Amino acid sequence: MSENSERRVVSVIVVNEASVLSRITDLFSGRGYNITSLTVAPIPDSKYSRLTIVTSGSVRVIEQITKQLHKLIPVLRVYEHADMVEKEMALIKFPITESLSDINTLCEAYNGKIVNAGENVIIAMVADEPNRVDNFLKAVKRYNPKEIVRSGAVALER
Amino acid sequence: MQISGAQMVIEALIAEGVDTVFGYPGGAIMNVYDEIYKQDGFKHILNRHEQASIHAAEGYSKASGKVGVAMITSGPGFTNAVTGLADAYMDSIPMVVISGQVPMSLIGTDAFQEIDAVGISRSCTKHNYLVTDAKDLARVLKEAFYIARTGRPGPVHVDIPKDVTAQIAEFNYDIEIELETYKPHVKGNPRQIKKAMEAISKAKRPLFYLGGGIINANAAYEVRDLVHKTGIPAVETFMARGVLSYDDELLVGMLGMHGSYASNMAMSETDLVIALGARFDDRVTGKLSEFAKNAGVIHVDIDPASISKLVNADYPIVGDVKNVVNDMLTHCDKINSDSYKSWRETVSNFNKLHPLTFHEDSERLKPQWVVKRVGELLGDGANISTDVGQHQMWSAQFYPFSRPRQFMSSGGLGTMGFGFPAALGVKAASPEKVSINFTGDGSILMNVQELMTAVEKKLPVINVILNNNYLGMVRQWQTLFYDKRHSETDLSIQPDFVKLAEAFGGIGYRVNTKEEFDAALKDAVEKNVVAFIEVIVHRMENVMPMVPAGGSLFNMMLLEKKGTK
Repeated sequence: MSENSERRVVSVIVVNEASVLSRITDLFSGRGYNITSLTVAPIPDSKYSRLTIVTSGSVRVIEQITKQLHKLIPVLRVYEHADMVEKEMALIKFPITESLSDINTLCEAYNGKIVNAGENVIIAMVADEPNRVDNFLKAVKRYNPKEIVRSGAVALER
Repeated sequence: MQISGAQMVIEALIAEGVDTVFGYPGGAIMNVYDEIYKQDGFKHILNRHEQASIHAAEGYSKASGKVGVAMITSGPGFTNAVTGLADAYMDSIPMVVISGQVPMSLIGTDAFQEIDAVGISRSCTKHNYLVTDAKDLARVLKEAFYIARTGRPGPVHVDIPKDVTAQIAEFNYDIEIELETYKPHVKGNPRQIKKAMEAISKAKRPLFYLGGGIINANAAYEVRDLVHKTGIPAVETFMARGVLSYDDELLVGMLGMHGSYASNMAMSETDLVIALGARFDDRVTGKLSEFAKNAGVIHVDIDPASISKLVNADYPIVGDVKNVVNDMLTHCDKINSDSYKSWRETVSNFNKLHPLTFHEDSERLKPQWVVKRVGELLGDGANISTDVGQHQMWSAQFYPFSRPRQFMSSGGLGTMGFGFPAALGVKAASPEKVSINFTGDGSILMNVQELMTAVEKKLPVINVILNNNYLGMVRQWQTLFYDKRHSETDLSIQPDFVKLAEAFGGIGYRVNTKEEFDAALKDAVEKNVVAFIEVIVHRMENVMPMVPAGGSLFNMMLLEKKGTK
């Protein structure tokens, strides 16, 4: 099929119960859908959890993903986001020998700062749109990051 | 009421009105079997393999319309049952399958007969549960039955650790089910239905495309009404055989890979497909881009995910097909059935041009004749199950089905070995009808041990084995598409099927002629004991017509005209 594949963010509200995450990931692997990133955490003061899945596919595939997700019994709601605020966090570990002030300034441009400085390493965090996090990670390459962890995106419909 | 988990299972099954359970005991489910021994609320049928228990429960469900119930033990008991679960899932059969599990304290320790059952069944069930506390059992079982039979039906698997079946807890089955996250949409949108009916009234060449969902929804008689009131011709899928009676003038035939020329041509020429409870399966559509190319599509289905999955629907209607068809019937006054007269003639001319038929042979019986003959002799008086392969297609093509729930076959998964155990379940559900299983010399050996179940439980299924000494359908593809390299499909080495049936206490016949066949069938019906009628049929007969996989419906390989060979 020559249909264009596009990036999509889907949020899923599920009952917070055993094996619900496997049901979701099994569905993606079983039907050959992509998962770029997946985050999950309980929704405060409720029996539900919220998953944010970044995926990609043609319009038809994305429609199937939302429908198939909805078919799972513990799924309450599926949002296929169009107009949303989307953020992702990253933690980056640098050698203590790198310039603290340079790194801190760069982090600030991406909603972040240095969050820990120890004997050997400093740890910085940023929280921004995923494509801006990409840019940040490119920009900090020259400070020899030792370890990078990204949280995966979370999103809220505007 | 304070009772054990095992007793709760029994109480729940009785409360659900279950009268027959198929199964096979083993270590982890023994507490439940101990309670089965003590009760007389339902009958238990001991199959001789767990896969057969599931297929029998499927047959029972298909014939009766009730939820089929099967019970198995952990480990290999469960893994043997997986094929059946997958089969029921593909064909949307409402089932509750209860398996034993090792005690909670042993889960995750690679204990004897331990397997992650819910992990395995997740992808081949509608839903599943691992019950970790007996106080949840009532709710879980009640939900399981509810989920199995509502919405798009399907199998639900409940895995119960052995210590949970021993645990004593409070039991109350008289509870309301609250599933906030599961609310099937059963009522079609009235505006969409009205728009769809307007589209039908404007169409020149509309065509009903009837699917198995109609049978699941018990909507066949409403659909018959709709077809007759509108005067629109109809094609049936394999799963929908019996929705319309075989002699209905508006029934064009079965469509798809082995559908009739007329059905496939009608689908190619129509300007409006009216899909009711059908899912545009690849065996039905052939090449998607050429399928009903110039037609609009009305698609009625209980499962939103089936709509616009493969073929875009111009009029999507999510709902129970029975409700929707009833609503459609109230708009029929706008439809002038005379306006489709020339379309009906076109379709019937397709049928005249290449009717669904076969050529008789003076030396060997033709398998199609056998199917037709059973139809002539038993007709409505028989329920028909099949295995998978050539005989399955011939059964669908040539048996005169006259009612829904008369035909049980493994459509989606295509499970060889389905037919015999399914036919046992059918007989248990519908003892007043003759239960026939059309099978092949390949398929029958895949659950042949069920002869013992049939003898023990007095379930006189008549297995008509169309013996061509080949794994016929694969052989047909090898002949047509693999340059006649018949790799591992020659089944010349065979058991003596007559002795095989007799060894279990059944009855066997070997048949070479029409007269012998009539006599054998008559005798088997009279003797009322499980039977093998082995019919020696033409070895190289192919199922025709045929749309090669991935081909367009209108490019069919047709039956060669007589004498052109």
